[in-house]
Amino acid sequence: MLPRILSWAGFLLAFTFISAFTAYAQTTILNVSYDVSRELYKDINTAFIAEWRKKTGQTVAVNQSHGGSSKQALSVVSGLEADVVTMNQAPDIDILAENGLVAKDWRSKFPNGAAPYTSVSVFLVRKGNPKNIKDWGDLAKPGIQVIVPNPKTSGNGRYTYLAAWGYAQQSLGGASAARDFVTKLFANVPVFDGGGRGATTTFTQRDVGDALVTFENEARLIAVEFGADKFDIVYPSISVEAPAPAAINDKVVDKKQTREIAQAYLSFLYSPEGQAIIAKHDFRPRDEAVLRANQAKFPSIKTFDVEALIGPWAEVRKTHFADGGIYDQIVVK
Amino acid sequence: MASAASRRVLPGFGLTLGYTLGYLSLIVLVPLAAVLLKTATLSWEQFWAIVTAPRVVASYKLSFGASLIAAAINTVFGLMLAWSLVRYSFPGKRLIDALVDLPFALPTAVAGIALTAIYAGNGWIGQYFEPFGIKIAFTQTGVLIALVFIGLPFVVRTVQPVLEDLDAEFEEAAASLGANRWQTFARVVFPLLLPALVTGFALAFARAVGEYGSVIFIAGNLPMVSEITPLIIITKLEQYDYVGATAVATVMLFVSFALLLVINGLQAWAARRTGRNR
Repeated sequence: MLPRILSWAGFLLAFTFISAFTAYAQTTILNVSYDVSRELYKDINTAFIAEWRKKTGQTVAVNQSHGGSSKQALSVVSGLEADVVTMNQAPDIDILAENGLVAKDWRSKFPNGAAPYTSVSVFLVRKGNPKNIKDWGDLAKPGIQVIVPNPKTSGNGRYTYLAAWGYAQQSLGGASAARDFVTKLFANVPVFDGGGRGATTTFTQRDVGDALVTFENEARLIAVEFGADKFDIVYPSISVEAPAPAAINDKVVDKKQTREIAQAYLSFLYSPEGQAIIAKHDFRPRDEAVLRANQAKFPSIKTFDVEALIGPWAEVRKTHFADGGIYDQIVVK
Repeated sequence: MASAASRRVLPGFGLTLGYTLGYLSLIVLVPLAAVLLKTATLSWEQFWAIVTAPRVVASYKLSFGASLIAAAINTVFGLMLAWSLVRYSFPGKRLIDALVDLPFALPTAVAGIALTAIYAGNGWIGQYFEPFGIKIAFTQTGVLIALVFIGLPFVVRTVQPVLEDLDAEFEEAAASLGANRWQTFARVVFPLLLPALVTGFALAFARAVGEYGSVIFIAGNLPMVSEITPLIIITKLEQYDYVGATAVATVMLFVSFALLLVINGLQAWAARRTGRNR
């Protein structure tokens, strides 16, 4: 009996401490983000903390949590106390809005649809481009192997699918042509890795595939990591714009009284200093001046917006990626 | 109840039973009940449609099929390993003994990446199969290899202590009564090892069915071909489809439970047959 009483006492003690700490305004915020933004936010946090101290004299701390984007969103829905969320696709913030954590109009809370930076889907091919892969059409040719992360589990994979769809819809005309094209392209995928990094490993380390379709930042990172003599980056004629949206978790900042810090933190991403850090990490900045300064890194490419060309995210999610949706229909033979 | 309890020789029956039930409920039953409750929000038709979708059924076949084969392989080779470790002494025996536990200790993702690196077309082992058109990584064979890897310690560790306790006198007696070596093994040693083997098989199987981390890297995850059931559950969660995920989980739970019950039943039957009380 005694151990049980003791354990209850310990539990209550811990509980008292936690509630005592949350009773007044905190100076620590938590940024819940997706997988490959770890290094970016490490730099952003250092710069933001210095900036905030200069401005207010207050020392804040920013904690980071990273993982697959949708999994992270589900953690926040289940109660992970994120002050801010920075994801790689809008649906992962929409789900928070549906659960009353984020304002319904989160897209209008910050500039550029609340996405401080974007990326585009590009191709990575083996040095010298032996299969002569220039555009989306080449990926769907017979005998070509394409590595794409699983669109069912990865935002990166979903963008690849949508980029191919958008290309076909524009250049071949119409949804049924797009469907045929995407079917052919995905028939060329020999391995579906769970996430973008897994697909990178399959392509670079296992030597599987003729082309890897991934975000520009990942492709540039690979080129640096493995040396420019092993891979070439190919920019297709058109690609999808993949904005990385950010939002404030109202429930948490109101409870912890950290709204001011959270607001400043996300605004900092749009400042010239924040945008420069973003460009340094190979994400396309929104700031025109910063973008021009990094022109060599970010060749201009025609892009389209998913919501403008294909439809609202909620609908895209339902018709394309839900169980039994178009994606399932084309890959399940 | 009090009279029943007082008749027991060992004191503390009520306390231990209460503890056992309480602990099991907290650790095992409450989470599983949550799964069932979530599933119960579906109508029977919806549930059936989700769990019998062709893609999901293909994943059951792979998950349960590969797990059964992997457990069977581990039973045969685990017995051989345990036998060598118990019966013979050789240099480095302790090292090998410790190696057996490594699949337990290694994070499953690390195991998956390591196995994929070795069995891919350009890997140490994969390159010798590639010229014959045999692919291991990113196929069902890859799944099987990962499951054999993670299930290995179970059979070895369940059989080893039983083998150690086995008196050499049994075998000497069999030999002195004129049994040849094969008869001694088949009629004397094997029946005594059987319960431990079955337990090891069941543990290896149960572990393999639930395995995600190591398999996901080597499977290739092609729909209808190399998707394991835990991946189906994860993809449903990615779509924020909690209910669909728990529906598939419920099926896994019941099939696993039924198979484990059958295995335990077999064990009891084997124990009765060899005339040992359990």
